[in-house]
Amino acid sequence: MSMQNSLQSGMQSLQGGLERKMKEWRGGIQKMLPDPYLDCKSCGRRAKTSAWKENLYVCPFCGHYRAMSSEERFRAVLDEGSASELDGGLQAADPLNFPGYSEKLRAAEKKTGLTESAVTKKGTIGGIPAVVAVMDSRFFMGSMSSAVGERITRAIEYADEHRLPLIIFCASGGARMQEGIYSLMQMAKTSAAVQAFSDHGGLYISYLTHPTTGGVTASFASLGDITLAEPDALIGFAGPRVIEQTIGQKLPKGFQRSEYLEQHGFVDRIVARKDMKQVLVDILELHRDSARKAG
Amino acid sequence: MIRESILKADAIERKIREKKTEAASPEEIEQLQIEKARVLRPCSRPDPEDTVFLARKIDRPHIDDFIAHLFTDFFEQKGDHLYNDDPGIYGGIARFRGMPVTVVGHRKGHSAEENLKYNFGMPNPEGYRKALRLMEQANKFGRPIITFIDTPGAYPGKEAEEHGQGEAIARNMAQMSTFTVPVISIVTGEGNSGGALAIGVANRILMLEYAVYSVLSPEGFASILWKDASRHGEACELMKLTAKDLKKAGVVDEIIPEPLGGAQEDPGRLYACMEMAIEKNLAELSLLSPEELKAQRIEKFRTIGAA
Repeated sequence: MSMQNSLQSGMQSLQGGLERKMKEWRGGIQKMLPDPYLDCKSCGRRAKTSAWKENLYVCPFCGHYRAMSSEERFRAVLDEGSASELDGGLQAADPLNFPGYSEKLRAAEKKTGLTESAVTKKGTIGGIPAVVAVMDSRFFMGSMSSAVGERITRAIEYADEHRLPLIIFCASGGARMQEGIYSLMQMAKTSAAVQAFSDHGGLYISYLTHPTTGGVTASFASLGDITLAEPDALIGFAGPRVIEQTIGQKLPKGFQRSEYLEQHGFVDRIVARKDMKQVLVDILELHRDSARKAG
Repeated sequence: MIRESILKADAIERKIREKKTEAASPEEIEQLQIEKARVLRPCSRPDPEDTVFLARKIDRPHIDDFIAHLFTDFFEQKGDHLYNDDPGIYGGIARFRGMPVTVVGHRKGHSAEENLKYNFGMPNPEGYRKALRLMEQANKFGRPIITFIDTPGAYPGKEAEEHGQGEAIARNMAQMSTFTVPVISIVTGEGNSGGALAIGVANRILMLEYAVYSVLSPEGFASILWKDASRHGEACELMKLTAKDLKKAGVVDEIIPEPLGGAQEDPGRLYACMEMAIEKNLAELSLLSPEELKAQRIEKFRTIGAA
């Protein structure tokens, strides 16, 4: 009996291993194809990358929002050929000499092709010049390093100096732990920059995407003149797990999601991705002739 | 590792108090005091984990003590005048050496009951909005602002999120950057995360010698990085959260020395040092014009960082 059992479990583990290998192979082969399939993380169904792209990375079957890379976001928002990057050379340092941090940074760069989790560009949207920052959750979970704070601050200052409207697509897991207090201080730096920009009459649209949490929520993400959000994005200061542990009870369904925040008065409008560009154009048009104080 | 010595000294201190109520002989009490001094002698160099322990000690002086000993004519102001009064933030108008100032800070208790009442110094959004209301008034009436930072962090609660914890913290930092009066922040215990910085956008940041200031509590830090809160000791070492580290990093302007074994050992001496530091910094800042004060504060936070 026991021999049969061990034989069975042996077979099972062999089978599991084979399946895993097959999946890897399939993934490897897929990656080599010109138009590989991508699985939806919510419903599990697969569509060709080109179909995802066309649908702005919203699942064609279930409507689930997949994370959009900063590159794709810029492509979808800025007019073709109008974009130029602002401070791409600014990169994270390792101010605490944190064990393993430099290696992790290099690995994230290799994986994503990015040099930080925030990318800033100027360009036009429906013909209207603007400064756009996009945070990419694939790079260190969109966490706020000194370089992210600096890129965002410089983008705000650039918009201020050139009297351009500012749009920030937020996505962040919070502070970059490996940079300790320096990461924390970016909250004050970016908030002060937004305030100066605002006092000079600048228009700032904060666009919240999944997930926007921690120090980014508690700084520039919450300081927009107009706050937009993607459907069902997690938006909050503390993470839901920490809250549940603290209060010792389950949180209601939909807690900290875009729709919940809209209900509680922190979001102007939830915008479907397919309408993203048009809504931005509409808002920019409405502000085109607004008075702008001297910077 | 001086935590054991501090705890031993605490036990002797309790015994001294007992003996005093029993009206024991002066010799007996003196003997205990000598014993306590002997136990505390090697405590001059706490490691980072010791420092976190000292920063959180329940008998450490808190904002109510500072207000009572450093200021006169305190007039408490309550509520955000929007929704609620948050007992986790304490403040109002007072005189410092005769000059009207606004004082505001996190409120921690000296006992379990007090801590429950003040929510362990973890504010809700209403607390930050109350702090902002007080500070905006100070700015309006030209009073210097002195903030006391001592919090495990902003409260991670359900209502706190529903009422906009993130917005409240962001708004405070943004508004503090516009003030045209002197702002001095003193980190007196633990200053953790945005919950601390929300009242910390100052012209000068002072820090008590055994206070800590960091992006998150060491426990939270360890659980985010290593999914293991029990590695908080290791986190303390890596985070560079002591006054000395932060002075070196250019975040903290001045360290206020504490008595051997921590502030609770000789609060009177600590208050004297704090008073001197506040007076000196206020005098220096009073030389700046309102616009210069605003510009200096923005510039200070503009240049912190490494990228």
